[in-house]
Amino acid sequence: MSLISVKNLETKFDNRLIHEGLNLDIKEGEIYGLLGPSGCGKTTLLREMVMLQKYSRGTIKVLGYDLNTISHNQAQSLRRKWGVLFQAGALFSSLSVAENIALGLQEYTDLNKKMIQEIVAFKINLVGLKQSDGLLFPSQISGGMKKKAALARALALDPKLLFLDEPTSGLDPISAREFDSLILKLHELLGLTIVMVSHDLKSIYDTLDKIAVIDNKKIIYEGSLNNIKNEKSEFIRTFFKANL
Amino acid sequence: MSGNLEIKYKGTELTLFFRGEFSLYNISHFETQLKTLNKPSLTHVDIDLNALTYLDTSASLFLNSFTKKLNKNNISYTLICGSKELLDTLNLTDKYSNKNDNVIPSKTSFIESIGKKSYDNFLGLLDFFAFLGKLFSTKIHLIRNFSSIRYKEMAFEINESAIKALGIIALTSFLIGLVVAYQGAYQLKTYGANIFIVDMLGISILRELSPIITAIVIAGRSGSAYTAQIGAMKITEELDAMRTMGFDPYLFLVLPRIIALMVMMPVLIFISDIMAIIGGMIVANVDLDITVNMFLDRFLIAIDIKHFYVGVFKGPFFAFLIATIGIYRGMAVKNDTQSIGFNTTKSVVESIFAVIMCDALFSIIFTNLGI
Repeated sequence: MSLISVKNLETKFDNRLIHEGLNLDIKEGEIYGLLGPSGCGKTTLLREMVMLQKYSRGTIKVLGYDLNTISHNQAQSLRRKWGVLFQAGALFSSLSVAENIALGLQEYTDLNKKMIQEIVAFKINLVGLKQSDGLLFPSQISGGMKKKAALARALALDPKLLFLDEPTSGLDPISAREFDSLILKLHELLGLTIVMVSHDLKSIYDTLDKIAVIDNKKIIYEGSLNNIKNEKSEFIRTFFKANL
Repeated sequence: MSGNLEIKYKGTELTLFFRGEFSLYNISHFETQLKTLNKPSLTHVDIDLNALTYLDTSASLFLNSFTKKLNKNNISYTLICGSKELLDTLNLTDKYSNKNDNVIPSKTSFIESIGKKSYDNFLGLLDFFAFLGKLFSTKIHLIRNFSSIRYKEMAFEINESAIKALGIIALTSFLIGLVVAYQGAYQLKTYGANIFIVDMLGISILRELSPIITAIVIAGRSGSAYTAQIGAMKITEELDAMRTMGFDPYLFLVLPRIIALMVMMPVLIFISDIMAIIGGMIVANVDLDITVNMFLDRFLIAIDIKHFYVGVFKGPFFAFLIATIGIYRGMAVKNDTQSIGFNTTKSVVESIFAVIMCDALFSIIFTNLGI
């Protein structure tokens, strides 16, 4: 079953064409990567999928909902079914880490306080933070911890779909590999479907099942990593030249 | 999200059938159902998950803690579950659930919080002195190396924080002049002392009202802008970037703003004087039948030039207070977004307070000096 399908997408900023006739299809259980040179519109595409940005033409379907015709209530329930991890974490700075994770649970479920605390403690353990970190505020923790905390927040409502915007950028190589294995582990354990934008070659080889390369407003390659070396595109050749 | 729970008793044994989906959204529903169980009489519980189609991590956390509770009460249980996936989820949540006691945030007592706050305020005061010291040393440096003054930045700030404020200051002062004259006229009319409106307006506006009104408007408009600008620069690490590139922020950001405001404040007060007097003149004309010529004649006789000088003299002092507090608050912004709002509020409140304090001080000094 395909969870996300994008058909004939066109995006225009003023007169600048970002995407034109872009098609892709993301199936359940995949770890799907969006790749491409900077400024090609990867993050824009991700933002369009999570309804943060309007596109000018085409259709995007997420979990069966067509984003062109989605009603307000449907959009709200769709928003509970996915988790989004932003590049810099985007934790709410007035709330502690634990409160950040608990926020969705408090707003959307009728669970009691003790249960919420238990769930929060579990998510904190799951992403590899310490329980005492939950009391800290976002301004008091490091970049890597922010990412982990933001991941825990994204996972709070047990989403089926997880969007990651450059999950390993700004992390040191060791933390980056840890984060990769964390994502793989969560994928395996919780059966998540993951869509990510990444520039990190090691992370791409380690985690992704399927990639889509965007260049020149279109998808120039969609498929597994095995066949990528045979592609003729300039970007793909330079990007994957490093033999890993 | 549909799921249900069926409870079957068989003597002291019990079977729980979970069906459909079991997730975040129906945990509390099941919990109330399970609470009705008569626990002391039970010896064994079968938990049947075979009809379950979906189990999320929160629900499996709940199941785990339920089975733990059964153990504690010496009730045996069997988990009937054919699906490997569900078992995996249960094991996963058990593995990562919080085994130790929860970390409880340490509570601070009332006395302790007072102490902490006072100490923080004390540190804040020391910080402000350090800021003033740095400012002073930069000024000394500037006097020695006159060529390093940033004229361009200063001209930019003069336009941004003073010239663009002319409109609002003129309008506010005009209205204040109007209101003061209107209220005064009513009182003076009963005594037939119409012409003294000129004395009243002239002295109160030139000496006190204009400087204070101008300072308050500038504190609200330009002082807060300084805090927000510099605070945002601090969050985006622009200040650090400037330092590493060898541009002293005090020279590039702080001094141009302070000097710009100090230079322009007397001019703004002068404009404010004019507008407030015009406002008063109109009311005098309409309400008290004092023509413009009469008003100006009386003004020349009754109002000493010293009143004007006193008002304008205060300008640079007020400007210094507003600009330094605004910028200091900007530099005190910490690395989160909340801190900008907090410090902007503080900057406006503190600078208005400081201006009024300073005005009171001047009032005492000038009276004692007989000016």
